Amino acid sequence: MPVPLPRTGPRGRLLACSALLVLALTAATSCSSGSGGGPSADEDPNAKITLTVNLFSDFGYADLYKEYEQAHPNVTVKENRADMGAHHQNLHAHLLAGSGTADVEAIEIGQVAGFQPEAGKFLNFLDNGVSKDQWVPSKTAPASSPDGKVLFGLGTDMGGLALCYRSDLFKAAGLPTDREAVAALMKDWPSYLAAGKQFLAASPNKDVRWFDSGGNLFSAILAQAPQGVYDAEGKVVVTTNPAVKQSFDLVAGAVRDGESAGIQAFTPAWDTGFQKSQFATVACPAWMSYEFKANPPADGGTWDIARIPGGGGNWGGSYLTVPKSGKHTKAAAELAKWLTAPEQEARLFKEKGYFPSDQALWTQPDIAEHTDPLFNNAPTGRIFSQSARDLNPQPLGAHGAEIGTALGNALTSIEQGKADPDGAWKQALKDVGNIVN
Amino acid sequence: MAASTAAARGARAPARPAGHRWHRLDRTVSPYLYLSPFFVVFGVFGLFPMLYTGYVSFTAWRADRPGSEGRWVGLENYRRLLDDPFFWNAVKNTLGIGVLATVPQLLLALGLAHLLNYRMRGRTLMRLGILLPNVTSVAAVTLIFVQLFGRDFGMVNWFLSLFGVDHVDWQAGTLSSWSAIAAIVTWRWTGYNALLYLAAMQSVPFELYEAAALDGASRWRQFRSITIPMLRPTILFTVIVSTIGALQLFGEPMLFSQQQDPTTGGSQHQFQTLALYSYNQFWGRFKYGYGAAISWAMFLLIVLVAAVNFLAARRMRGAE
Repeated sequence: MPVPLPRTGPRGRLLACSALLVLALTAATSCSSGSGGGPSADEDPNAKITLTVNLFSDFGYADLYKEYEQAHPNVTVKENRADMGAHHQNLHAHLLAGSGTADVEAIEIGQVAGFQPEAGKFLNFLDNGVSKDQWVPSKTAPASSPDGKVLFGLGTDMGGLALCYRSDLFKAAGLPTDREAVAALMKDWPSYLAAGKQFLAASPNKDVRWFDSGGNLFSAILAQAPQGVYDAEGKVVVTTNPAVKQSFDLVAGAVRDGESAGIQAFTPAWDTGFQKSQFATVACPAWMSYEFKANPPADGGTWDIARIPGGGGNWGGSYLTVPKSGKHTKAAAELAKWLTAPEQEARLFKEKGYFPSDQALWTQPDIAEHTDPLFNNAPTGRIFSQSARDLNPQPLGAHGAEIGTALGNALTSIEQGKADPDGAWKQALKDVGNIVN
Repeated sequence: MAASTAAARGARAPARPAGHRWHRLDRTVSPYLYLSPFFVVFGVFGLFPMLYTGYVSFTAWRADRPGSEGRWVGLENYRRLLDDPFFWNAVKNTLGIGVLATVPQLLLALGLAHLLNYRMRGRTLMRLGILLPNVTSVAAVTLIFVQLFGRDFGMVNWFLSLFGVDHVDWQAGTLSSWSAIAAIVTWRWTGYNALLYLAAMQSVPFELYEAAALDGASRWRQFRSITIPMLRPTILFTVIVSTIGALQLFGEPMLFSQQQDPTTGGSQHQFQTLALYSYNQFWGRFKYGYGAAISWAMFLLIVLVAAVNFLAARRMRGAE
């Protein structure tokens, strides 16, 4: 006796694939449209409008929106957030489709080079009363068209890079705890890793490692080289730039010495690592302070902050852009300009810890002398300003973020005991080949 | 069904000269109208994207090469697939996870259905209960499983440590990551399949069991000689549907990954499935042509595997 079969299958699992196809469809059908100036030109300036802002994390804007809405009663601001990867993928897709972008879209610095070929699809801020001098060239160059005539991103925050360390764990292991002494002990990366060995040998708590993850350490080290994975001509130089292999080997060695906790950043396990004191140091940009605030050590330990080994550095930081396909480009540009203006940037640093990319602020007393109770009242203003000033701006490229991930993954595979440094490096090169070709 | 209703209505209606043509039109056209919503939606969201993806797969289109859009390269993308180690790795992962996820899942479902078929207290509640994992979202389930399979503080490792097993880094190993992902799939789909089996079991005539019992067959013998053969069409259906689902596995491995780029499926692509690799190339690397070719290769693989399943099952029936 035949059994009547139900007609539906497991839809959920099909969904992912059909979503892919649907995206392909939307991407495909409307790529010829778009690139018009938007209807904002003949718009009534006092008409009620809603501006949408797409971000990939909390930029700390909530209070600023309220203030802006009070000053502009016809404007309502609505913010949406997606995770970092999805946010940039969506933005690419929506630019391609010529519709679906928000009025203001954020772009992260590691991703911004990938948007340079599409500079023409964004509003040019140079035509909208913005001067490049507000920022350092290393901040404006990646968000400009190759000829420099278009500036499509307004710098928000930047990373700066410092070394966060657990002074209580340092003390227990007989290492200095004073900021200056810590910085003096770890002038460069080899001496930082040597101190790590000393720490592991002397620390009474054997569950604590020296740093969180090899991938993070690697990007911090490579960021100080004159050149990263791209050269100034936009060629990928992973194999020809000796700094890449040197940084890789340095970290791979430290991983083999057991200095890495092998915990990927921005995962739940990383949060747990902060709470359960699984590592004693983290290379920390300014915006990471939210992580320290949200995950205080369960054993009551304290974080402090010192100059990064090797001098300057930057990790992360973002831009606000206004895609031309948005509904209210003019009003959106005004909002983006206001959010990135010096007064607001200064406020965001003092209230939320986001370090401004606006170079005039670095010497402004309330920024330069700012201290943070989260890090034992360390002079974060001075530390991050110094780090930003010492930074070597590196040429960026379209696939910089992905290539960094591939090298980080290779270091993870060493942490996991799945590969030796040699094999991991070869694997990374294969991955890079698959990204570029 | 629509056709037979329409026909029945037409037969019942007395032949009125004025309405006659309308009735004929109604009889011939309305079945198609009833069906059309499905075909329109399928055409727009299923067929067209598929064909368009097919077209894109013959082009060199990628976002970082201006002017590559629409440049015809024929079968070049497919030729590249043949010697792309990442592609074959993804095929291996997909099939491996597929087997690990499907076989225990269907066996477990069969056993569960058999138990649920007994008379017992709170039977309806239990039957509803086993479907619950299927109703929850992939994302929620996977995030919880990621915590369970955590390396340092996960519950699975804590449990294993009671038996002296060292901490397993589930994301690191090929087999360990496959097993963890298979566990997520099994958790979500066992109940669904069990209910299908249960429905089929209930349509097995009770007399067969009675007669077998009179002949002295044990419960196990009854299950093997009556239940299983009577369930064969349902088993075939679930095997094909689960296989197709397993070959399209995407959300679970994506969310299981703890790397910065979840589409790489682990530090060494340990659990990068075909769907994940296609997504990685298409939306992660913006290699539209190549990503589309992977999607189509995946589709062809699914057709192939489903056909093999079907033929094998038909021969099984023929041998009866």
